[in-house]
Amino acid sequence: MSTVTMTVNGKSVSGEVEGRTLLSDFVRNNLNLTGTHIGCDTSQCGACVVHVGGKAVKSCTIFAIEAEGSSVTTIEGMANPDGSLGTIQQAFQDNHGLQCGFCTPGMVMSAAALLEENPNPTETEIREYLEGNICRCTGYHNIVKSIQAAAAA
Amino acid sequence: MSDKGIGASSKRREDVRFLSGNGKYTDDINVRGQKYVHFLRSDVAHGKINGIDTGEAASMPGVAGIFTGADFAEVGGLPCGWQVTDRFGEAMKEPAHPVLAQGKVRHVGDPIAAVVADSLEQARDAAEAIDVDMEELPAVMDMKSAVAGGTLVHDELETNLCYDWGFVEENKDAVDEAIKNAHHVTTLELVNNRLVPNAMEPRVAIGDYDASNDESTLYTTSQNPHVIRLLMGAFVLQIPEHKLRVVAPDVGGGFGSKIFHYAEEAFCTLAARKLKVPVKWTASRSEAFISDAHGRDHVTKIELALDEKGMFQAVRTDTYANMGAYLSTFSTSVPTWLHGTLMAGNYKTPLIYVNVKAVFTNTVPVDAYRGAGRPEATFQLERVIDKAARELGMDPIEIRRKNFIQKEEFPYATPVALEYDTGDYVATMDKLQEIADLDGFEARASESRQKGLLRGLGINCYIEACGIAPSNLVGMLGARAGLYESATVRVNATGSITVMTGCHSHGQSHETTFPQVIADMIGISEDQVHIQHGDTSNTPMGMGTYGSRSIAVGGAAMVRATEKIIAKAKKIAAHLMEASAEDIELKDGSFSVVGTDKSVGWGDVCLTAYVPHNYPLDQLEPGLEETAFYDPANFTYPAGAYACEVEVDPETGKVDICSFAATDDFGNVINPMVVDGQVHGGIAQGVGQALREHAVYNEDGQLVSGTFMDYSMPRADDLPSFVVDHSCQTPCTHNPLGVKGCGEAGAIGSPPAVVNAVLDALNKGGYNVSHIDMPLSPSRVWSAING
Ligand code: FES
Ligand code: FES
Repeated sequence: MSTVTMTVNGKSVSGEVEGRTLLSDFVRNNLNLTGTHIGCDTSQCGACVVHVGGKAVKSCTIFAIEAEGSSVTTIEGMANPDGSLGTIQQAFQDNHGLQCGFCTPGMVMSAAALLEENPNPTETEIREYLEGNICRCTGYHNIVKSIQAAAAA
Repeated sequence: MSDKGIGASSKRREDVRFLSGNGKYTDDINVRGQKYVHFLRSDVAHGKINGIDTGEAASMPGVAGIFTGADFAEVGGLPCGWQVTDRFGEAMKEPAHPVLAQGKVRHVGDPIAAVVADSLEQARDAAEAIDVDMEELPAVMDMKSAVAGGTLVHDELETNLCYDWGFVEENKDAVDEAIKNAHHVTTLELVNNRLVPNAMEPRVAIGDYDASNDESTLYTTSQNPHVIRLLMGAFVLQIPEHKLRVVAPDVGGGFGSKIFHYAEEAFCTLAARKLKVPVKWTASRSEAFISDAHGRDHVTKIELALDEKGMFQAVRTDTYANMGAYLSTFSTSVPTWLHGTLMAGNYKTPLIYVNVKAVFTNTVPVDAYRGAGRPEATFQLERVIDKAARELGMDPIEIRRKNFIQKEEFPYATPVALEYDTGDYVATMDKLQEIADLDGFEARASESRQKGLLRGLGINCYIEACGIAPSNLVGMLGARAGLYESATVRVNATGSITVMTGCHSHGQSHETTFPQVIADMIGISEDQVHIQHGDTSNTPMGMGTYGSRSIAVGGAAMVRATEKIIAKAKKIAAHLMEASAEDIELKDGSFSVVGTDKSVGWGDVCLTAYVPHNYPLDQLEPGLEETAFYDPANFTYPAGAYACEVEVDPETGKVDICSFAATDDFGNVINPMVVDGQVHGGIAQGVGQALREHAVYNEDGQLVSGTFMDYSMPRADDLPSFVVDHSCQTPCTHNPLGVKGCGEAGAIGSPPAVVNAVLDALNKGGYNVSHIDMPLSPSRVWSAING
């Protein structure tokens, strides 16, 4: 066991982890931030995407200790300061960009990273960017629409 | 389009918690003191267990208990919920389905032992130290040879044939005769590929036991907690309902795979009772691939007889349906009653005979997956019609139109036992031709040609039987459960409403759409209504959500309960206004006496019911709460027409979906935005089946495509945006909302459209290819092109 310290959603946190503890497990189990989801064990689904140092990362692909000292944002950190849904989140609700909601945190985190890089993506660019996020419910149609709406907002 | 109530695209209230990371899925629940389960699963498809040595594992750190089949010898096996009677009047073969393997393993993934430990890592480490003396047996994989004889999956059954079902048996000779004498017979042999449902949330089960009250709680990823309570409590563990609570909180998609009662649920419930600690199991995705029930997996030969004008004379189909190693909860009903009964499709074929042989193999059990039987029926029918059109030189749309059941012919009794209540197949086809811009196809095809690509157009229709369904009918057909739905409408003292439903929402949006109905009926705002579901301790016994039944059956129950509420509220209002209840009208949340200006508000009536100072206590009970159980009179019959355009690269065999259009008649629609979303998702799954997805087993019974690296899930860049329309509405005549259900249509209607489109592209491009089996991977398409 070793102690890891990082900033998560603007707050400094630390916890005891094993060398093999994944960042996704640390966030879910140590911090009880269960918005980050685990949909696979081969780094394929993207349900676990968070931002580390401003970049979208599948949190199941890095160990918690690798995030030592970094600034991490999870879905719980995406709301406006007053607690209302942030622009991307609101666009997902407005455009029915989610059904069961399981892929949704990862989708929102990926969408945020995309719009950071490319504030006006085309439909093709959005679809290609989401290659690493699987949604079984929506057929992606309304996810794409949501991201377009967030870009326009 | 209305902006509130029925017909409004109300935004989903559940989204707020899902979007902010506050959803409460089963894996988000941790019970104080819980221990973790790891299942040791078979890595061979078929084997005899000569011994299990748990000695070393039991002494490893953190281990609280190790269980094997012997510990479950006393409890029942997992039951099958539907008994099928074969062509000869015999009951199907029904093997035992133990919670943990007893003596033999029968598929890769079959659980042999389970370790409960303080941490998941400790449970895993200990499971590795369990020594299983396994004698590997030959794997039974190919259905036709399995039926012919040889190795048995279940020795005691003396056959691998579960049943040989004929439908309608009395029609068999007439069908044979019609096919023998037909002007033209089109024959098609095809495989409906095995799929893995892959809801994004893997299954989870947490067992908890309160010894002081002798009460068990199971938290589980289920589409139907009451069904799990009934099956597990009564058949497996013998726990009476009042001592067993099943909770299915937020569930991350189901698509059928979370209907069934699984071994892990029974295990966690029992282990918690034995160890007197909470016990949690979370499936990894790899584990899900080899323990969730799979879907489809039919091998079929279909023959369509036509006269010289292209009118359908008869249909005969022969199907081998894979059951896998055990009978999962509703497995036996899928290739029979959910498949054979749909073989009339949207057409007036007078004679139909369906034969289905259900076969045991050393593979994961196969059960309902989105559409369940109806996609298999639709695929073969719509493919053989396309093939017939090509053989006869007819237009694929014209041949369908000619054979449609006409609007004025409803209600229409098919030769396969269903009575379609309403429909207008001409209207959905007309609409499809418009929204898919079929007139512009030639221009688009010539653009594709300039890029060296072959463009094809695939058309098909579908019908499904949803809202499953009348209990007396399904009981006659072998269902071991009723299929009603329930709702309790509780009006609170100040007028807000809590509805407790037996349905379960795992993406379907009930929390938003059900209030739209009640708000409309009473004339209050939607946010005054709250939907409670998913917990057997606070919802009435209901059968859950599958088969596109929630609004058609559960919604109807809610309407019935609300009607009772309104009737009673009118009596209270009548008392308050000193009028007769017959003269009271409810409109926009206000009760008035017809022909007067007297009125009293909804809130005042509700308060009076709970503070009955001025109240007809001699005639009416106080309070305002009603329950209704609704058992439908028939299935509902959504139907539609779909069109897909593809480009095929003849150099590589790669298929691109250029466009996909769907017209669906769902009857009345409560929330168009939600309905669009359901269709989008269904289409994506159907396109996935047609082009990418395949659960591939090798001859040793190893699942070759057992992770998302090998099992190709459709991703955002594999799909176009869809054009969907549900403006053609012929309301259902036998439920109070006139709704038909929309959850499965997309997955049922889309695979034949895609395959028809690829074959159209190839044939128009000069390649004479009559069929390619799904998934139409580049290598399969390339091989077909290159002979
Ligand atoms: S859980 Fe991280 S990619 Fe699937
Ligand atoms: S909303 Fe269910 S997986 Fe995307």
